[in-house]
Amino acid sequence: MKAVRESGAIPGSEFLLEVDDVRKEFPGVVALDNVKFKLRRGSVHALMGENGAGKSTLMKIVAGIYTPDSGTFKLRGVDIRLKNPLDALENGIAMIHQELNLMGPMTVAENIWIRREPVNVLGFVNHGEMRRRTEELFRRLNIELDPMAEVRSLSVANRQMVEIAKAVSFNSDVLIMDEPTSALTEKEVTHLFTIIRALKADGKGIIYITHKMNELFEIADEVSVFRDGKYIATKMSKDVTRDEIIRMMVGRDITQMFPKETVPIGDVVLSVQNLTLDGIFHDVSFDVRAGEILGIAGLVGSGRSNIAETIFGVTPASSGTIAINGKPLAVTSPSIAMANGMAFLTEDRKETGCFLLLDIQQNTQMAVLQTKYVKLGFVKQHALTVDSKVMSDRLRVRTPDMQEPIINLSGGNQQKVLISRWLLTKPRILILDEPTRGIDVGAKAEIHRLVSELVKDGVAVIMISSEMPEVLGMSDRIMVVHEGRVTGFLDRKDADQIKIMELASH
Amino acid sequence: MSDPTATTGASTTGLSKVRRLPPEISILGVLLGIILVFEILGWIFIGESFILNKQRISIIILQVAVIGIIAVGVTQVIITAGVDLSSGSIVGFTAMVAASFSQSAANARAAFLDPFYAKLGLGWFIDSSPIWSILFGLLFGLLLGLMNGYIIAKTKIPPFIATLGMMVSVRGLAKWYTLGQPIALLNDSFTWFGQSFNVAGFPVPRPVIVFIIVAIICHIALTYTRYGKFTYAIGSNPQAARVSGIDIGKHLIKVYAVAGLLSGLAGVMTAARAQSGQPGMGVAYELDAIAATVIGGTSLAGGVGRITGTFIGTIILGVVTSGFTFLQVGAYYQEIVKGIIIVTAVVIDQQRQNRRRKTS
Repeated sequence: MKAVRESGAIPGSEFLLEVDDVRKEFPGVVALDNVKFKLRRGSVHALMGENGAGKSTLMKIVAGIYTPDSGTFKLRGVDIRLKNPLDALENGIAMIHQELNLMGPMTVAENIWIRREPVNVLGFVNHGEMRRRTEELFRRLNIELDPMAEVRSLSVANRQMVEIAKAVSFNSDVLIMDEPTSALTEKEVTHLFTIIRALKADGKGIIYITHKMNELFEIADEVSVFRDGKYIATKMSKDVTRDEIIRMMVGRDITQMFPKETVPIGDVVLSVQNLTLDGIFHDVSFDVRAGEILGIAGLVGSGRSNIAETIFGVTPASSGTIAINGKPLAVTSPSIAMANGMAFLTEDRKETGCFLLLDIQQNTQMAVLQTKYVKLGFVKQHALTVDSKVMSDRLRVRTPDMQEPIINLSGGNQQKVLISRWLLTKPRILILDEPTRGIDVGAKAEIHRLVSELVKDGVAVIMISSEMPEVLGMSDRIMVVHEGRVTGFLDRKDADQIKIMELASH
Repeated sequence: MSDPTATTGASTTGLSKVRRLPPEISILGVLLGIILVFEILGWIFIGESFILNKQRISIIILQVAVIGIIAVGVTQVIITAGVDLSSGSIVGFTAMVAASFSQSAANARAAFLDPFYAKLGLGWFIDSSPIWSILFGLLFGLLLGLMNGYIIAKTKIPPFIATLGMMVSVRGLAKWYTLGQPIALLNDSFTWFGQSFNVAGFPVPRPVIVFIIVAIICHIALTYTRYGKFTYAIGSNPQAARVSGIDIGKHLIKVYAVAGLLSGLAGVMTAARAQSGQPGMGVAYELDAIAATVIGGTSLAGGVGRITGTFIGTIILGVVTSGFTFLQVGAYYQEIVKGIIIVTAVVIDQQRQNRRRKTS
């Protein structure tokens, strides 16, 4: 391993990484079909493609998590076969995971130097030295964090900084970032980009997986597009347009991104008055009508998700009233909310959404079992299986069958399963928290179209989203939240990005 | 992938089907392997067959029937990512209770003749129907299980701690009940439940029948009812279960109540079979039951497990014990090797599962 590292130091080799003809099969699926990929020194190379296009599989091969079935793999011009993730790390390839892999109860410094702690003559860990090294590393990267803080006390953005610092501490020159901005606020994204540019100037190569077009044009030098496990093309990002990329990704034109239709707006279905959760949000009041989409905008941490959780009874309110169809209701648990026609797609698929150990069928049916498809305690499995399958096909969940464990699906397909879970309950009030986070363009459009269909049937929708175009494109009205208070409402016709940002950052 | 509809991610059927074997296959393989080893060693060292012996088969299952009844309850608890350490103590206490309600008047030292109990009018139960023994045994099991569940649901302390406390206290209760004295000389009408009957010359112990019925009922409950679906959901992801509208506290109370009830049933069967109640009955049964459950493929992390697996796991425990006796291996060696087998069986099963997860 050392040898490769040293020979790799030859300054002449233009490509850090060259992958060619790589093939990877899983039972029933060809995940990668003879793809190629090249990463230049000192550049950011974006990978784009729909969920299940093969980006993540390719990156897992690069990071040593999977071994390819066939193909060549050159690191700094030298053929190599990575045995495992540790091997990859020692060869200078580091992956910054989408699900962050840090140990919460340990400090920032301990997390960075784990397994490589500086020790004194007696073999005890030298905490002072560890702290000093961490501070130096942070100075180089322009990160302002206390090395002695416990990781669990940090925000998602800061944890990501720790992960990046850890990767750099290995002297890695190939850094893989899998949707690094999906949980960051705008300000945090700007900071991240500053760090990425510094890494680039340092001669490192960054592979950047994203679904967000604007990021692509802002940060990437090159972009490679994949579709259905196949390599489509590599372009310089300055020579390519947004529409071209979308066409390459989906293999067709997506005519309308936000298929917003004007539907008649009915009576007030949900009315929230002076809702307060002590210490989190205060005096939140709004109405939602049948057929209306109420967008909720605000920065991460503004309390917008907490408001949704309280309306659904996950964390009951300290004070205030919730009325459904004019009748006040004490929503103290999700089952009360559901009995009154509510459904709630949560923000965090992995934490509060999926039953990762269970199959698609079980995941789809778990909510509706509260109220339907049960007779004398027994589940009417046949009817439920048929209806689940119909819902799954309607949402175009890509899977061999309904018995596939949900853990094997891509993020976008998991999201579709969770949406079908709630649609089976036939909700009248649907709360969507970041419905399209981490989802590809095609699936996104499908979800938007579906929401439009639902409001046509008179469903009232509350949609929380960090993505401005989504909020602006889908909502009839937008409620903006800042630090636990409603700072304003905007009608569809007068809303724009600037007005929202003004209200959201006050 | 060559399917054109797959290009747009069009259909649930766009990808080829994956064949899935039932998860019990590997553990059944382990069982057959162990039987084969004993069979071969039997012919080499003893000169007779291990398995072709009606008496032995019936003993194998009889030995583990009581553990099996407990394990069926424990399996459900473990699927919710919990654990129940109190089952052995509940067996001890409910065995005492059941025995005390089936005493014969021939016994001048019957517990209910003691002034403490006679004052409460319990003397009436002497030489009465076995119904009372069964009823009170089950009732106390159920109550103690409900208490486990209630404490866990309301205080949210780890099930390990809650049931550890219950284990210690209930064992004390079993001793306090008769101040440490055993209860003997039980009515035949009660001990009948612990005896065997003959089917075509094949002795079938009644506890085995009870075990099989309990296993079938609970298998159906876990597989086909809402109760079962929610049990898996809670073990797989409690937060997601909560957002899906499941009342986790209420459900956990049910699951621990079922486990308690089954421990009570095991206590009744133990007393009937031993024709007595002793405060030390059921010591360490909870560990055997957990072992049987885990050998059967249930994950201590929750969300995964089946009664069919536990059933096979229970039989493995029985086969190992009687196999060693058959080979005339000393008791000390038996225990040493039994521990190794428990760990090995789980290692084999887990490796197979990991392989499966990696390939899919």
